[in-house]
Amino acid sequence: MSHAARTPPIVETAIKVTPEIVAEHGITPEEYARIRNILGREPNFTELGIFSVMWSEHCSYKSSRMHLRRLPTRAPQVLQGPGENAGVVDVGDGLAAVFKMESHNHPSYVEPFQGAATGVGGILRDVFTMGARPIAVLDSLRFGSITPAKGTSANGEAPEVVARNRRLFDGVVRGIAFYGNCFGVPTVGGEVEFEPGYAGNPLVNVLALGIAPKNHLFFARARGEGNPVIYVGAKTGRDGIHGASLLASAEFTEESQKKRPNVQVGDPFLEKLLLEACLEAMATGAIVGIQDMGAAGLTSSSCEMASRGGMGIEIELDRVPQRESGMTAYEMMLSESQERMLLVAERGREAEVFRVFRKWGLDAIEIGRVTSDGMLRVLHQGQTAAEIPANALAEQAPVYHRPITRPKPSPARDARVSLAPVGADLTANFRCLLAAPAIASKRWIFEQYDHMVRTNTTVFPGAADAAVVRLKGTSRALALATDGKGRWCALDPRVGAMHAVAEAARNVAAVGARPWAATNCLNFGNPEKSEIMWQFSEAVDGMAEACRALSIPITGGNVSFYNDTLGKSIDPTPIVGVLGVIENAAATLTMAFRNEGDAIVLLDGRGNAAAPASEPRERESLREFASSEYARTVAGIVGGVPPAVDLAAESRLIEALVALAAEGILASAHDISDGGIAVALAECGFASNGLAAEAAWQSDEPAELALFAETGARAVVSLSHASLARLLTLAAQYKTVAFVIGRVTRGQFQLSLNGATVVRDPSGSLREIWSGAIELAVPGEQASKQI
Amino acid sequence: MKIGVVVFPGSNCDHDALHAVSEVLHTPAEFIWHQSQDLAGFDAVILPGGFSYGDYLRTGAIARFSPVMNAIARFTRSGGLVLGICNGFQILCEAGLLPGALMRNKGLRFVCRHVHIRVETTATPFTSAARPGQVLRIPIAHAEGNYVCDAATLADLKHNNQIVFRYCAPDGRLDTAANPNGSLDAIAGICNRERNVMGMMPHPERAVEAALGSTDGLIVFRSLVQSLARQPAAAVS
Repeated sequence: MSHAARTPPIVETAIKVTPEIVAEHGITPEEYARIRNILGREPNFTELGIFSVMWSEHCSYKSSRMHLRRLPTRAPQVLQGPGENAGVVDVGDGLAAVFKMESHNHPSYVEPFQGAATGVGGILRDVFTMGARPIAVLDSLRFGSITPAKGTSANGEAPEVVARNRRLFDGVVRGIAFYGNCFGVPTVGGEVEFEPGYAGNPLVNVLALGIAPKNHLFFARARGEGNPVIYVGAKTGRDGIHGASLLASAEFTEESQKKRPNVQVGDPFLEKLLLEACLEAMATGAIVGIQDMGAAGLTSSSCEMASRGGMGIEIELDRVPQRESGMTAYEMMLSESQERMLLVAERGREAEVFRVFRKWGLDAIEIGRVTSDGMLRVLHQGQTAAEIPANALAEQAPVYHRPITRPKPSPARDARVSLAPVGADLTANFRCLLAAPAIASKRWIFEQYDHMVRTNTTVFPGAADAAVVRLKGTSRALALATDGKGRWCALDPRVGAMHAVAEAARNVAAVGARPWAATNCLNFGNPEKSEIMWQFSEAVDGMAEACRALSIPITGGNVSFYNDTLGKSIDPTPIVGVLGVIENAAATLTMAFRNEGDAIVLLDGRGNAAAPASEPRERESLREFASSEYARTVAGIVGGVPPAVDLAAESRLIEALVALAAEGILASAHDISDGGIAVALAECGFASNGLAAEAAWQSDEPAELALFAETGARAVVSLSHASLARLLTLAAQYKTVAFVIGRVTRGQFQLSLNGATVVRDPSGSLREIWSGAIELAVPGEQASKQI
Repeated sequence: MKIGVVVFPGSNCDHDALHAVSEVLHTPAEFIWHQSQDLAGFDAVILPGGFSYGDYLRTGAIARFSPVMNAIARFTRSGGLVLGICNGFQILCEAGLLPGALMRNKGLRFVCRHVHIRVETTATPFTSAARPGQVLRIPIAHAEGNYVCDAATLADLKHNNQIVFRYCAPDGRLDTAANPNGSLDAIAGICNRERNVMGMMPHPERAVEAALGSTDGLIVFRSLVQSLARQPAAAVS
């Protein structure tokens, strides 16, 4: 008897599909026509729900897909590019690095603790579902201001908004700590920025990295007709229904707080059990394919596995472990209950799989089987609740060529910082800069995260430009850094995105790692607005160009649109996470000065083109300076243009840093970014054991630009005088200019330009200002600080 | 000689403890599943850090009812060496194998950082390789490490020389600012009266290789291995 013959007919749901219901699901009339065309009939309510989540922006990438094709995704080291649960690259010694970044922005605004926690949980599952044990997590966070705005700009936020920003910040940090610490993955790095534009829409992007033997990877593919489909992990409840479609794929309004029930609740303990059980079950060899139930839960995991394997899947919902009674097929298919996985096992070997999950005290139930008809068929209470071609759900969502409009240039582009008179003491301004949350120490954050568990972390948060985890049993280590500056992208999304790639790559090179691959998380506003689509398209082009120039393939990532609240979009914020490989882990560098008397050298990848003192260039430098952290913090100006990017220079600097690190002649290395060379030099001292920079150099530029400009392709290194000659030789080989600008001292921090001291620290208080600023901004922390 | 590392559901420093013993000190070590009732063949047992049973209800409160804990109680009665680290310390207190309890940190937040602890007694199998008063730099990572006990218990602990580690400044001075969680009398680790059971909140297994930033934690594992070598097969129940 053929299977189709005994399948009951499609049930008519109690709720009828009307144009209003279709619209409520975020499906356009054209999309609805496409659905009817695929099915050859009207969908029932359950099927409409299934289409609405799979064709949501969050799951289908329908607005971004045509643009993402422009990103470079191939390189010899890439074992798996975009399209799987995570990207995979070969990192040598038979090991594969599995990594990806994802956003959990809207849930984190609605419910910061659980939103952030489940963001961590989701990306961890993406990694271990491929057979990799997670070894590191990084978080890229954006909030509104947590300190009252300086200056007279219009960017000041009302005190109640600042208070809310602080609560969101605190909740998100606690949520990340709650999940990662219990799960047992070290949270080793990331970055955070505070800009008014994120007040109504914070960003929580989480990157997870795992390690697996490269010949023992698992993929989300259903294979083998008749193979059992097994549900493992938490029971299914009504939580998170429409998380992907309504929460992640729509703008925020005043009604959005009512979406709190759409936020999932995380259980990191259960996920830890799931991790151990999955890895153990995978080792039996009885698993054919596996996918986590993330966004769109049971729906996405079943139809995507079926579609990728060119097969169908039939599931019986009555067998699904349920947390509550009376759930409809619609609710079960759309539930986003956390800590669940769907796997396909080899028929006849189910018992081996069940035994492992029983050992870990987890539900593992056969709920269906792989079929050859290509259909996702959902049976419930003796009826067919839904029957849809799996491929249509996973791959045939509409692809939109959304209109693009280049906005008029903002008048803010011509903003200028009025500079201090020549010879002025800039120490007071520098103190102000060090206390800016973007620059201040992030210790308050990372001490709440277990950043050491699994004893692989060899560079702790804050100690270097990138986090480093060693690969036990090999001589290698992996470096990771995330970057992305919305403020610059708002001024010029293409250049801003290039900077994100360049800075993350530079960060990784500064610890001695060769940039090897990247993941991204593209956070933008509503793609139905043509100016937002322009930002997106520009950012993708910028990212693609930078990745090509630096030979960094992008192996996957995530797009988060609809980051708008009450009609206001966030600054376009493409975040890049770059993975680097350190061949000789013993040669890893940090930013901390190590030896008194060492020479401090400025490396500039722009080579001899570094200082063409022409008048147009000078004007341009001033416009660039208006977009710096100094301009924002000290002068209260947000405007100008991002610094020009010189990708060839970035590439030269990266090559030089990697070569110098491998040579073992450097004592420290730190790239120059927020706050310019002055902040970079101060940080090398703060990270050290009581050492500081004493630097003096000549410059044609105004002092503030020389100290605080954020021009790219530069780094400061320290090394013994005996090694200077070798450094100069190597730098020249990579066409990177090296200037000796000072020495490491046990005395006070001091910077001089053209013979005049411009910044000094006689009281030694700079470190304290820098280290305590964030803590002081968080409510309740002053009281509990001293214990 | 063989050292066991117990794996509870939710243990997450189990691999790290095993690595420290077997890879760094080249001493045979094996995992012990929490349902095991038999510790035959093991000369010492480590209860590792983590979130056993999700730390639901209270840290260590559920783990103490694991089948392996009966075996561990018997093991300790016959003189077997047991080291509880972080969550392992919390479990030992819940199980009544060590006095006192570990409450929420005074700052109410999880704290992960290197701290300094002072060796208060070398008369234990876990600190015999240390110098009296030696200051160790070892990380903590916990939200519930605030040691408390009643006045009589504290007097007992002092009288019997059971306080093994105290949080201190880098130079060994006791200083409230150096106490990361508000622990009573700056207590970071204690042993039982028989001195064969020790619990400590800091993670010595995270300070066993120069690449990890400190090797001071080796003192604890070296002491353990040397003690076992001196008095082999102390206990098989």
